[in-house]
Amino acid sequence: MNLHPVRAIYMAEMARTRRTLLQSIVSPVISTSLYFVVFGAAIGSRISEVNGVSYGAFIVPGLIMLMLLTQSVSNASFGIFFPKFSGSIYELLSAPISHLEIVIGYVGAAASKSILLGLIILATSNFFVPLEIAHPFWMLFFLVLTAVTFSLLGFIIGIWADGFDRLQLVPLLVITPLTFLGGSFYSIDMLPPFWQTITLANPVVYLVSGFRWSFYGISDVSLAASVGMITLFLVACLGTIGWIFRTGYRLKP
Amino acid sequence: MNDPIITIKGLNKTYEGGFQALTHIDLTIQRGEIFALLGPNGAGKTTLISVVCGLVNPTAGNVMVDGFDNITHYRQARERIGLVPQELTNEAFETVWNTVSFSRGLFGKAPNPAHIEKVLKSLALWDKRNNRLMTLSGGMKRRVLIAKALSHEPRILFLDEPTAGVDVELRREMWEVVRQLRDNGVTIILTTHYIEEAEEMADRIGVINRGELVLVEEKAALMSKLGSKQLTLNLHSPLTEIPANLQRFELSLAAEGFELIYTYDGSQEEDGHAISEFLTALEREGVTFKDLNTRQSSLEDIFVDLVKERA
Repeated sequence: MNLHPVRAIYMAEMARTRRTLLQSIVSPVISTSLYFVVFGAAIGSRISEVNGVSYGAFIVPGLIMLMLLTQSVSNASFGIFFPKFSGSIYELLSAPISHLEIVIGYVGAAASKSILLGLIILATSNFFVPLEIAHPFWMLFFLVLTAVTFSLLGFIIGIWADGFDRLQLVPLLVITPLTFLGGSFYSIDMLPPFWQTITLANPVVYLVSGFRWSFYGISDVSLAASVGMITLFLVACLGTIGWIFRTGYRLKP
Repeated sequence: MNDPIITIKGLNKTYEGGFQALTHIDLTIQRGEIFALLGPNGAGKTTLISVVCGLVNPTAGNVMVDGFDNITHYRQARERIGLVPQELTNEAFETVWNTVSFSRGLFGKAPNPAHIEKVLKSLALWDKRNNRLMTLSGGMKRRVLIAKALSHEPRILFLDEPTAGVDVELRREMWEVVRQLRDNGVTIILTTHYIEEAEEMADRIGVINRGELVLVEEKAALMSKLGSKQLTLNLHSPLTEIPANLQRFELSLAAEGFELIYTYDGSQEEDGHAISEFLTALEREGVTFKDLNTRQSSLEDIFVDLVKERA
């Protein structure tokens, strides 16, 4: 593996983040803070504890996961879509660089931004609610693995999209609804039995549950199911990207 | 000279939908030459260089770059190539320095600020190194694309329509840059539909039309082989028709009979036999002239003839 091209892509993507600090970092932090104010302080004060955790603290892992999924997808999709849109992708495709190096550069940068954001939001949430992290290693494990997996998904979307509308389609119409319905703001125990069963088909439930377990030791599904689901996602995304590069789908005529 | 740096064999490209962009292309590019690929719009020039550079997958055939297959040994093949695309494509918000340094890294080379400085200075971009690309003129953006292509010190440079849409002064500047590169040992392959460009710069010329390589020839040999010559005589008295004894020559009248134009095959004219025979016949007929000039057909005439022939 040649690390120079990986470094070049990674640094260029991170430089874009620095150039667009308001949009990349400040905006998601503010919007997540608003969730804390509305759901944690205003509405949360009227909701009793959930599984022994105050409601404000209960929603922290879900909110971080919501931001992590949406930001990972949009960072990575924009990163690869923009060269396609501007035409400068010719340089990437004609460079002596392997598919793996391309993916590490783009996905690594997108995941880094999301992880950084996740940690900033975690620190911010400490201002609003008392926080405890029961299993810090597992918290980092879920944070990193989710950021990487959804950055891979974003990379796929960026290659698939042929316009800005499609770029927004999956984050807005798929990721956000699944996250809202995936137990970010509630425990699925609170749903009627029928909806509990339906909800188990939502993959985000497993991510939120595992991540929340790393904070408070409480979960909707088992830790093994959460790890299994995120691993399955990771493998599916890697497989799809492998296929894209093998066939040149939407990259090479 | 037989030191091939690019060898293309049996190259075909059929796009999804059935359009055949390239048909059995065989071509060898010699090390250190300037090769011009000439053809009308849609002839297959860009597809051909895109296949060589790895931007388009070939349907059949293979490309060797300095001894390396451009698919199985893509790293070795591609690191030898720099590509300047036809479109002015770049990251509008990046600075000149950053975008050129990025290209060097992307092509697997360690940072080398001294080399980037040398490239920017050679292209008169040094003063603009901290400017964002969006603030540059079209000509400067094209020079930035050349700088990006040269950032990793390639041995082969592809220039796809390098002077499309640039003014005459800048075009001449570009030609000078290309000549300097060749003098430094870089092999240049340029596509163009400006005949003047090929005529001015190329050592060899390939003509491509409808995906087929119609011919490949040394520029001088091509012009001598295919170029016809014209001798124009300004007559003292106008002629109303070609005299009968001169009918065996390929003649035409112009300027209301004051100009007599003799077209002859320049390649057969090494000993001046055709002209002396014609002038002798002219004297016998008593046709006198006050001035004369000769003109060799340009590459443009040759190109138009070739493309018409194959149409």
